[in-house]
Amino acid sequence: MSAILSVEQVGVRFGGLVAIADLHFDVREGEIVSLIGPNGAGKTTAFNVMTGFLKPSQGEVRFRGTGLTDLQPHEITRLGLARTFQRTSVFPDDTVFDNVMIGLHRQGAQSRRAPLLDALIGRAGASERRLRARAEALLDWVGLSERAGEKAGALAYGEQRLVGVALALATEPAMLLLDEPVSGMNASETQVFVSLIRQIRERGITVLLVEHDMPMVMEVSDRILVLNYGRLIAEGPPDRIRSDPAVIEAYLGQGKAARQAAAEVQEPAHA
Amino acid sequence: MSRLLPLALLTSLVALPLALGSNPYLLNALITTGILTIAAMSLNLLLGFTGQLSLGHIAFFGIGAYVSALTSLGFDVEIGFGTRIVHEPWPAAVGFLLAILAAGACGYLIGRLSFRVRGAYFVIVTVSFAEVVRLVALNWVELTQGPLALTNIPVIALGAPGLGSWTLKTKLQNYYLVLAVGTLCYVIIARLVGSRFGRAMRGLKENESLALSVGINAARTLTVATVISAAMAGAAGSLYAHYLRIIDPDVFQFATTVTIVIMVVAGGKGTLMGPVVGGLIFGLLPVVLRPVMAPEAQWMIYGIVLIAILFVMPKGIVPGIAGLFARLRAARAVPVLEASPAVPR
Ligand SMILES: Nc1ncnc2c1ncn2[C@@H]1O[C@H](COP(=O)(O)OP(=O)(O)O)[C@@H](O)[C@H]1O
Ligand SMILES: [Mg+2]
Repeated sequence: MSAILSVEQVGVRFGGLVAIADLHFDVREGEIVSLIGPNGAGKTTAFNVMTGFLKPSQGEVRFRGTGLTDLQPHEITRLGLARTFQRTSVFPDDTVFDNVMIGLHRQGAQSRRAPLLDALIGRAGASERRLRARAEALLDWVGLSERAGEKAGALAYGEQRLVGVALALATEPAMLLLDEPVSGMNASETQVFVSLIRQIRERGITVLLVEHDMPMVMEVSDRILVLNYGRLIAEGPPDRIRSDPAVIEAYLGQGKAARQAAAEVQEPAHA
Repeated sequence: MSRLLPLALLTSLVALPLALGSNPYLLNALITTGILTIAAMSLNLLLGFTGQLSLGHIAFFGIGAYVSALTSLGFDVEIGFGTRIVHEPWPAAVGFLLAILAAGACGYLIGRLSFRVRGAYFVIVTVSFAEVVRLVALNWVELTQGPLALTNIPVIALGAPGLGSWTLKTKLQNYYLVLAVGTLCYVIIARLVGSRFGRAMRGLKENESLALSVGINAARTLTVATVISAAMAGAAGSLYAHYLRIIDPDVFQFATTVTIVIMVVAGGKGTLMGPVVGGLIFGLLPVVLRPVMAPEAQWMIYGIVLIAILFVMPKGIVPGIAGLFARLRAARAVPVLEASPAVPR
């Protein structure tokens, strides 16, 4: 299949710090690809470049053939590339339901030519009802229907991450970037999330995942990219990554937590 | 409650003159209070719903006042290179519409200019803008008469061709005009806030990166909000000019901006009723205070009342009272009959 996302020789510098150097890879339509690497490797920075929150110092990202360099975040979203954030990110003062309604912003735009005017003369009723039905369906999908009426800021972290996923899905993306979606989730929540990722792919959405939970990454990914100090050091299917000496080295070079992660890399995926 | 309260207030305001008789002093206070309350509602659209503090909001008000006054008075000015612009007087109602357009256009410029510069920079841009406009009004004497003031501004006449017209001469008529414009502004803001556009504003205020990531255009949303806010302030300024029938550069004084900020903050920013409640309290406070103290002392009382309100209800009166009701309801811990939540709209 053809590449939906191409990262072409992208480099990012923060002052003297090289956060990403010469990053180059493709993601093909319908794949689930994981981007892993020790803390500070540049994974979030790469996401920020892909979604227009950061301009690369060099190189370019192309999404479905369109160069993203000159586009703003909201324009990139409109092309069909959505993301979640590493830090829990919701609209904290709104209910979970209203969070998703805000996330459905683009869907509202397509229904009419002058939505602002419609709202003023009270003609937006039908499209509002449609949006509310969409919001309910999305909450049902990610398993948050019970929480619909609660303030998003008051939810547990794991649930806030699900709100983030629902918001990203609300934009009807062709590709979804997930930044550490299961951190803050327990083992059973993580398993539910794995099946959610698979459902997302079944609906034709390509997934690029950043995650530290190695068993989960090994289980869900078609392909894994390994980043270390801003450079791609390995790429391949899970079994090859598990035994790749450069990957083990990268994780062993780090602290205790990272060594643990490296040990997990080598373990077979849990069921 | 969210619909009932505004309707009850509107009904009382409609009936109020019947109860007061035609006390000109009170009616005058109500009219100026109403005009400032419209300005406060317009400010709340920015401050309360987008989180941007426009400390030069009075500029839009003053521009509305001057545009409306000059449209209805006519002028004849030289603009350099031997070119003169001569304008014959037009009806005041046209002035009202042009005031809205002109203030809205200025809102567009400020909005475009400052959506990049948020927070403190937005405050500085708006304050500077107001000061520049004030200096123009003060020094372009040929157009504005400067400190000598524009006088004999015609009153607004409503009517349609062929149907005759209705001149708003009395205080009572002006009272109802202000009430009608205020109600219209309230309804417009309520609809906006409850719409997709309102959700975009809330999203940007609560978590801007997340809002951008779901496809909300920050520049467009903030600019549209500034345009609507400025246009409403301009409408209020026009009402002010045609009611007082005299304006001078003092309409741009900073104290008026402070007053409407106080109205919004004390009443509860980000709520629909907040600026109305705050506007009525702080607009009518001078009526209560004037018989008993000097203007300087009134300002002190103003400050004390504001501090007292915010001490008891940090988010303002409307959210404070709504929270109180919510707690009372929770404390009763019995099934509640009303279907609607106590959160203010
Ligand atoms: N806005 C920024 N300014 C300066 N340095 C940054 C910024 N964002 C990230 N970095 C640095 O870039 C490197 C990569 O960070 P990041 O992409 O967050 O790593 P990861 O997500 O892989 O843990 C880190 O050294 C980090 O400190
Ligand atoms: Mg990260």
